[in-house]
Order: sequence, then structure tokens, then C-alpha cells
Amino acid sequence: MEEQELPYVLIDTIGGTHGVYEDHVEFLKKHFTLITMKEFLENKNHLSEKIKAIYMWWHKPAANQELLHSLPNLKMIVTSGAGVDHLDLKLISSFGVKVANTPFAVSSATADLGMVLMLASARRLVEGCQIAVSPNTEHFAADWLGDEVTGATLGIIGMGSIGYMVAKRAKAFEMKILYHNRNQRKEEEERAVGAIYCKKIEDLLQQSDFVMLVVNLTPQTDKLFGKKELELMKPSATLINISRGPVVDQDALVEALQNGVIKAAALDVTYPEPLPRHHPLLKLKNIIITPHIGSATTSSRRLTMQNMVESILAALNGFPIPNEVIP
Amino acid sequence: MFRVKAFCLIEAIHLATGCPRLAGRLIHPAVVCHVHHWTKRSTDSMWSYRTGPNSSGEAGVSALQTKIMEQGELPVLLVNEVGGVRGVLKAHVEFLKKHFHLITMKEFLKNKKHWSKKVQAIYLWWHKPIIDRELLESLPDLKVIANSGVGMDHLDLKLISSFGVKMANAPHAVSSSTADTGMALLLASARRLVEGCQTAVSPDTECFADDLLGDEVTGATLGIIGMGSIGYKIALRAKAFEMKILYHNRNRRTEEEERAVGAIYCTKIEDLLQQSDFVMLVVSLTPQTHKLIGKRELELMKPTATLINISRGPVVDQDALVEALQTGVIKAAALDVTYPEPLPRDHPLLKLKNILITPHLGIKTDKTTRMITEEAVANILAALNGLPIPNEVFP
Repeated sequence: MEEQELPYVLIDTIGGTHGVYEDHVEFLKKHFTLITMKEFLENKNHLSEKIKAIYMWWHKPAANQELLHSLPNLKMIVTSGAGVDHLDLKLISSFGVKVANTPFAVSSATADLGMVLMLASARRLVEGCQIAVSPNTEHFAADWLGDEVTGATLGIIGMGSIGYMVAKRAKAFEMKILYHNRNQRKEEEERAVGAIYCKKIEDLLQQSDFVMLVVNLTPQTDKLFGKKELELMKPSATLINISRGPVVDQDALVEALQNGVIKAAALDVTYPEPLPRHHPLLKLKNIIITPHIGSATTSSRRLTMQNMVESILAALNGFPIPNEVIP
Repeated sequence: MFRVKAFCLIEAIHLATGCPRLAGRLIHPAVVCHVHHWTKRSTDSMWSYRTGPNSSGEAGVSALQTKIMEQGELPVLLVNEVGGVRGVLKAHVEFLKKHFHLITMKEFLKNKKHWSKKVQAIYLWWHKPIIDRELLESLPDLKVIANSGVGMDHLDLKLISSFGVKMANAPHAVSSSTADTGMALLLASARRLVEGCQTAVSPDTECFADDLLGDEVTGATLGIIGMGSIGYKIALRAKAFEMKILYHNRNRRTEEEERAVGAIYCTKIEDLLQQSDFVMLVVSLTPQTHKLIGKRELELMKPTATLINISRGPVVDQDALVEALQTGVIKAAALDVTYPEPLPRDHPLLKLKNILITPHLGIKTDKTTRMITEEAVANILAALNGLPIPNEVFP
């Protein structure tokens, strides 16, 4: 039998702070010959024409003009996670290269994180943990209270697959669910989670105790949430962002939190990530920030990797590509 | 029994909140007689059931209000303190004063002679005032002790009953917010939330390394030990996260109840422990549940599993837990309750990395604390007016 080489796939690096996971390598090597950026740069002449796909793990390696030029046989770029805002889709398409992401692999983990940010913020969990272990704690004060989640109103902005999963979870907490989306969902879908469509975002903002942002970052959603939106929110309401930092006008948010225009915020995403250490958001008491861990579970990362492999294999074999992103 | 309980609750709540219409519709002479027979088995000689077959709902609240006004003064309610660390919430005082003449322990002790015979009810807040023989002996006209919250493990129920004093707790008010707390602890622990928050704000953070991987909650197996109303609400929530739900309880729930949340009964606690990714304790503290989870139970759990305790500290053998967490017998723990509360500042649990501890915040929301006081007031008013107490607790 002829020994065929496995297709050459470019990755950034293995291990380290952002590299492909060491325990994913075995699976990847079953299907591909992995070339790291370092190896590629050291041997460009030999490898240039062999690389058929880029396996972009947490935005690396970056698909810029220079790289695309140097890979004449590149067929596919697959990126981990749901977001594609870090890619110049038009540019990539102009090279005849296809793109795929992994929106479904990350959706339940991200929905779960949205829920825990809401619960943790409402019930003052992080503060509570600090009190429980602080060397100064002598007693637990009776009048230290949080906000009830059960029965409260949740407004979901962006009712894609992640937003819908959030709605399913919130329903079990007997929350009243309002949503705003480019398109209204089907009646059965709405009924299944008890969600009420708000054509005007204002209606959602004025009624919600918790507002959760679950949109993609696009030119339309960039700074979707600014001073006007924050002022429409109840002063007792909390903003939760699990989409992308730039969806929120961060300066407006700082001001709103400082002046009690809204009660609190919980952000898994900011811009940049991480925030500069002197950023005013880090000094506020009525905010919790997590380091973009929306999809950070062992199993969701494994599923992400598997989805990426499937997409590359489909592209290289001329099959319809799962999770293809059309520019 | 259920109808009667429902009737009692609605009636008493409307007594407390002053809405006679519903009470009027629901009180029927036949039901009243029924209740009389049902409660008689648990009564002591001091309790007299004063409303007879002729009483009707419309008379309900207005009659009671008239009665109160006829007496010229509101019944005296003893609380430990108002405000401060463990006192009754200041925000609740106005509501309490609508129905009672409120005195604190300090005022009582200052003028024991005057207040002794007047105190008819005690409202406990965070387990205070302490109900001992001395206090009970000094309150000859005490009719009822109403507890805030559901746990009664801090009370000597037999002793109190021997004085002919009734007791009540507030089980309905607490269930949702405690269930929410259980879910919050489960999720926060699994997703390493507190660690993440620390990283996000730490002055040393230069970049977010992709190393804060947590455990997936969606689709994982949750074992609920104690499937009372709080446990069941947790099952309802966990189902929405597509969790596989196992439960262990003194009694099995009905088939419909199990089906509604997809819960599988484990007769043997071992079966639950061996299969669960998350084990949640939602039992009352009783002599049977004291140190329910010890070395043996922890060793039966998966080494990748997390223990969550929202019941009472003493349900867990704390020393065994420390050891299990230190040696990786289980992966992590999340405790809203410990013993004592707070833990001494040098306690080994506070030094562990794989633990989350919260300051008994299970019921600590504006809404729930208000509902607790409303439920307690309904219980007290029922007791003082010789009506069946909605949430009576028997020794």
C-alpha cells in the first residue's frame, strides 16, 4: 500500500499560554502533519506549498495578508470558538480560502457561564467568599443581602444558540424572559422557554432586572450598548456581557456604574483582554470580571478541537463543510 | 391534608397581610371541623381551637382586627435585637409593628417583671434569642416561637413543647433562594469563577493564559441528597442544564415528580456517591443526618467530584473533609454552611485552594428575608388566634 502523507496543517505552537493543548496533539496527529509557525518560518521554501489548512487556536496564528500570500495551496482556515470578529473574512475569501468556526462546541459552556455570572453577581458570591475567608471576619452580618434571581426578569439581547440555551436555563429559575434579536424566533421556540419578543430594545431594557448580551461582534453590534441603553435600564438592574468587549461602550459603562445609573455589571469579555491594570473598571466595587472563560471547560475544548478537525477534513476532501462561515 | 395545609397557609397569610376576600372564599364549616380533628392529635392542653363551625371568612381578618382593637393593645412579640449583626432587619420593623408590640431582649431584661406576663410570642432571627429553660420559665404566657428559615436544629423542640409552647418555621419562603444558592455554588466551583475574578483584577496579570479550564456543568451528573422542597427545586434547575439527576432521600418521590425532573432514585447512598460529578447536600440537620458525610462517603465519591453543602455544617464531618480535600480524595468542595459560622480564622478549610466558602447566604436576599418574616407573622397570628398554624413544627 502506498504510504500517503497526512495533510499539512499549520498551527501556532503546542503548549504554553495559548498553544494547542498537549493532550489534543495525539488526536490531531492521527489526521494531520502538524507544522508549528516556528518550523514553518525556519523552512518556508519547503513547507509553503504543502500547507493546506490553518488550525487557528484562540486566534493564533493570525491570518494576515503576508501569511496568506505565503501559502498558495491553503484551502481552509478553521478557528476555535464562535467569534470570527478577529478575521478579515473578505481578505481571506479573496485568496479562495474557506473559513469555519465552532459555534456549537462552545454554546452550552458559554450559556452556563452567563448563568453563573448572573447568579454570582446577584447573590454577591465573590464578595461573600472574601468575607468567609478574611482574617478580619468575626461574624456574618444579618443585613448583608443580595438580589433574588428566582422570579426576576431577564432580558436576553441576541437569541442565537447561546442566547436560547441561556433562556432554557433561566426558565428553570422561574425567570420572566424577554429577548431582542435581529429576527423573532418561531412561536414554538418562544413558548418552550416562555420568552417574550421585544421588537424595540428599549422595552427590554426598561423592564429587565438582568440584561445579558449574547450577540456576535459585527459592525452593527459594535458599541451596541452605550450611554442611551444604560440609562434606559433600571437603576436596580445588572448588565452581563458574555459576547465581546466592544459590544459595550466601556467608558459609558464606567460612568454608569460609578453614578448608580445601573446597579452592577458582570463581564466575561472586555477590550482589551486583559484590561490595563490601571483601568477604572478594575477599581469599581459593583463589578465582577472574569478572564474570558466562557468556553473554558475541558470537554468543550475537546469538542472544539474535534469540530475543527472535522471541518478541515471535509474541506480537504471536497465535502460540505460543517460550520462554514460565509463572508 | 394538603388542602387543609393550603387553607391554613392562605388564611394565615391573609390575616397577616390584611386581604380578607380570599380567606372568606376558602373557609367552610366542614373544612373548619376537619382541621379541628386533624390538629387535635398534636395539641397540648393549652391550645384551644376557638373558631367553630359558624365562623366564616368575611369575619376572618376584620374579626381578628376587632378583637385586637378590643383588647386595646397589640400582642407582645419578643425579638433578640433590631439591626446590628444578628438582629431582626430594620426594614422589617414597620411590618412587625403593624401586628405586634415589639420588645427586644434588652428591654425585656431591663423590666422583666413588667414584660414577663405580656410576651405571647418570640420571633427568632438567626437563631436568637436562645430558647432555654430559664427563658421559657420566665414567660408564662408564651404561646408560640416562630423561627425564621426552615432549620430547627438549634431548638430543643421537646423542651419547648413541654411548656405548651407551639413552634413554627418558614419552609416556603426559603426554598427558591436556597436552591439558587446551591446552583450558584455548583456553577462557581465548576467554572473556577472566584479564581477567574482574582486573575482578572490581579495587578500581576499581563495576559490571560488559557489555563483556567473548569468542568462542564451541562450534561454532568448531579447527586442530590435530601429531596425535600429545596432539593426538588434544585433538580428543576439542574434539569435545564441537561444534568443527569440522581437523588437519595428518606422517602421516594412520586413517579410523576421524578419524571418531571428526570430524577433517578438511589435507595443506597453509595450508588449516588459513586456516579455523581457533583454531590449536593440538602437535608435537615437531625440526629440521623449528623455527620452523614464522613470519611467513608467521601471515599466513595469520584476523585473528580465536588461536594456542595447548603444544609448545615454538622451534616459533614469537617475533619474528614479537610483530609479528603488535601489528599485529592475528592476534587473540590463548596460550602455555604460550616460549623461554627464563621470558622475560626486558623481553620485548615480556609487554607485550601480547592474550596469555596460563602457566609451562609442561602436566604440572604431582600425578597426572601421579607417573605420569611411574612411567613413567620402568619404563623404567630394563627397561633395567637387559636387557628391551625400553617407551618407548625412538632417535636
